[in-house]
Amino acid sequence: MAERIIELRDITKSYGQVYALGGVNLSVDRGEVVGLIGDNGAGKSTLIKILSGVVRPTSGDILVRDKQVNGWSAARSRDAGIETVFQDRALAVQQTIVRNIFMGRELTGFMGWLKVNKEIEEASRLMREIGFTSKVFTPHSIVGQLSGGERQGVAIARAIYKQAELIILDEPTTALSLTETAKVFHFVRQVRASGRSILFIGHNIHHVFDIADRFVVLDRGKVALTADRSAVKSAEELINFMEDVAHPGGLPGLREAGEAEQQAR
Amino acid sequence: MEPDLESPLRAHAGSARQEWKHPSDHWLRGFVLDNRASLGTLAVFIVMMAVFLVANPTVFTTWYLYSSVLTTLPVALFVVVPLVFVVTCGEIDLSFPATMGFASWVFALVVQAGYDPFLGIAAALVTGMLLGFLVGSLVVYGGLSSLIATLGMNFLLRGLIQIINEGKSMSLTSLSGSWAYRIFSSQILGVPVQIFWAIAFVVLSAMLYNRHRFGAQVRVVGDNPDSAQQMGIDVKRVRVKVFVFVGIGAAIAGTFSVMINFTWWPTAGDGYLLPVLASVFVGGTPTWGGIGTVVGGAIGAVTVSFIQTGVVAAGLSGFYVQFFNGLIIILSLLGHKWNQARYR
Repeated sequence: MAERIIELRDITKSYGQVYALGGVNLSVDRGEVVGLIGDNGAGKSTLIKILSGVVRPTSGDILVRDKQVNGWSAARSRDAGIETVFQDRALAVQQTIVRNIFMGRELTGFMGWLKVNKEIEEASRLMREIGFTSKVFTPHSIVGQLSGGERQGVAIARAIYKQAELIILDEPTTALSLTETAKVFHFVRQVRASGRSILFIGHNIHHVFDIADRFVVLDRGKVALTADRSAVKSAEELINFMEDVAHPGGLPGLREAGEAEQQAR
Repeated sequence: MEPDLESPLRAHAGSARQEWKHPSDHWLRGFVLDNRASLGTLAVFIVMMAVFLVANPTVFTTWYLYSSVLTTLPVALFVVVPLVFVVTCGEIDLSFPATMGFASWVFALVVQAGYDPFLGIAAALVTGMLLGFLVGSLVVYGGLSSLIATLGMNFLLRGLIQIINEGKSMSLTSLSGSWAYRIFSSQILGVPVQIFWAIAFVVLSAMLYNRHRFGAQVRVVGDNPDSAQQMGIDVKRVRVKVFVFVGIGAAIAGTFSVMINFTWWPTAGDGYLLPVLASVFVGGTPTWGGIGTVVGGAIGAVTVSFIQTGVVAAGLSGFYVQFFNGLIIILSLLGHKWNQARYR
């Protein structure tokens, strides 16, 4: 069995009387892409915050490589190799790709002077590693000139430079076109091929279905479903499942409308 | 079956191993693209000088004119350059004139007490750093608007100088024979030596801006402070550092201005506020932070200091100075706006 990067056991988080998470189990193995799906308010962002150590769970255990970690914090999360890539506000768009990758971890030599050539070399290596290459831009290109998918690539390359074992992608394709989404998927597959893991969060089920090895469906603070890719036949099956979870009795007419929409497609 | 979504990149798969190439293979094009703000400023300067030269060829071919500009220009350069860092960081510092006055006052006190001017320079530098730290901490840790807080500090410090000195100046005749004067304020073959120090300062600062961790962090903090914070940069510390840098520059500038005249005035530095600010923006550093150009700022300072000299020397009355000052500023800003794209 593959090495288990992180495991959450029976995690709860309450804000006063309100439970954001009510006993969540989640694990990510090495070299695995886990798709986390859930509607707005399902507890996705709370879960991300707990994984990145920004928020401490009310109860539950966190295990890193099968060892229980006490006093979970942002520093512990970083030490465990967990890196979150937020869709926007993650990059300094007026700076070059190099400056973004080495943001806060500049490669410096004597008295803090930058090792410019070494940075370019290292940046090229990282970008090749995730298949982020093009004739159109270089490590010197300004991030603002890149497309949305390519910007995700810069953020992913940066996370890898920070020795990330598990990269959390928060809604990486939500605002992107098909071509751009394809680019992000390409990076994700390369990252998986390099033996790292990805937690792919999104509410476009088609996107998550295309890329994930395993699905975790979150609903109102609980894991409603954990399924391997092989166990799910199609994205539609997943969608139907989520509708059932959301509206157990079925809303009158909703199912029919959904089916009609599928046939139209 | 996995859908084939990789096609746009797969097309390049064969070239993935190739080395990176700049979109423009010719080095000159790359150089122009990377330095277009400062080159634009240089173009403005050259056009302006050409106009002056045509207007009054005799005055603009005499060395005296350039010599006098080269004496006072360095004072401005020592504050313009650090201000480029401040503006890049997304802040502004209007307190530097008072810091110039305060630091040079300390210099004057030390020299008047009979100590070596080098000791006075060291004391002025320490004063400048402390004042920069004070102003920076007030803005950053006090969470104040740098525009208003530094303006307040400018009045406050200047007021303090005026209260204690009661408007009296200090004459420092002992300076003229000192080594410090020979090294920092004399002439070499008719060229004022200050300009060499100023050029060294500009070059060092440009390297600091482009090739040093400090400059890299200043740019990132000005560009996206949230991201910088998330990546482990101590954003507040970087912000305080740029104010300290201005303090150092202002201390050098103040000391140099005193050494030109052998006299310290309680108003020392006051006249530099607006020309220096104008130089930063004429030089091509945008107001929104994240990018800037040290060399452009320096060229901007040269432009601004030649406007005044040039307008008068061209035979126009002094009334035209302000008009041309404004004209050059507006034209430069329009030019830079057209020249630079703002990414979000």
